[in-house]
Amino acid sequence: MVFGSLDELIAMGGHGPYVWAAYLVTLAAITALCIAPLLAQRRQLREIARRARRDAVLKGAAAAQPISPETSE
Amino acid sequence: MWAYLERLWHRLGSPRHFYELSARWLPWLWLLAGALLATGLAWGLLFAPADYQQGHSFRIIYVHVPAASLALSGYFAMAVAGVVVLVWRMKMAEIVLQSIAVPGAVMCAIALFSGAVWGKPTWGTYWFWDARITSMLILLFLYIGVIALANAITSPVLAARATSVLAIVGAVNLPIIKYSVEWWNTLHQPATLKLTGDTPMAPEMLQPLLLCIAAFYVFFALVVILRVRVVILEREATSRWVRELAQATTARSGEGN
Repeated sequence: MVFGSLDELIAMGGHGPYVWAAYLVTLAAITALCIAPLLAQRRQLREIARRARRDAVLKGAAAAQPISPETSE
Repeated sequence: MWAYLERLWHRLGSPRHFYELSARWLPWLWLLAGALLATGLAWGLLFAPADYQQGHSFRIIYVHVPAASLALSGYFAMAVAGVVVLVWRMKMAEIVLQSIAVPGAVMCAIALFSGAVWGKPTWGTYWFWDARITSMLILLFLYIGVIALANAITSPVLAARATSVLAIVGAVNLPIIKYSVEWWNTLHQPATLKLTGDTPMAPEMLQPLLLCIAAFYVFFALVVILRVRVVILEREATSRWVRELAQATTARSGEGN
């Protein structure tokens, strides 16, 4: 490592704020790019499963109770 | 060999097969992207020697150049996908085009931001309207235009065609960005890396840079694949395999109720 101490590493010879801003913003952006599609995927799968269950319930109800009045009597 | 490649191409062209195949690549991509990013950035930040003129501010190069490179390559890939969409009407190309826009825009924003904070200690200003910086800002606007256009049109097929046109027309900006530092007298320095000829950079500074560029490419591929998978689920939401997958996944994670 080219830095002798933690203070030197943070200061970067006076350029610390610029270097650290660039790296921290990049790391934050990279992290966000990774997490966003994972969350979206989970949301999507849950929503699709919910719709599939609802359709299954509707289908089951339709099969159990014929809608037309003639057949019910 | 050729038959295998052809079969692979056809399988990748089918959303379902892409979804299944990519699931197998993902663990390796996560591992590779994480390892390369951690090594490359730590090397650049902690171990590369300071520049004799710029001091430590030059370390910004290790995020600036890879991000800028990906912003350009990402847009180029989007334009290529756009051609495939318009000529062959390939569904996977529509999905890929849509999935590149956001990570590409983020890379472009990182390049602009890291350039600004590098400019302050080096040139004495965060921003300067020179050809390189301005054309890069236009690239960000093009990315935002693609994202906005895709969101504005509800039909996925029509949205893909409209964004394809924008992506292809906008690609004219890419050579302008690339050669801006040669065509005009810019404050921005000329390219550090050259595919041909000698690179005017010390090897102990160059090696971490190449590693960081490779890391960003792998990371970008990972993010695009993750996004492609979400779009596939979205567009195939009513198909049987997606429904079964969704029910199996949510039941397994105990969120079925």
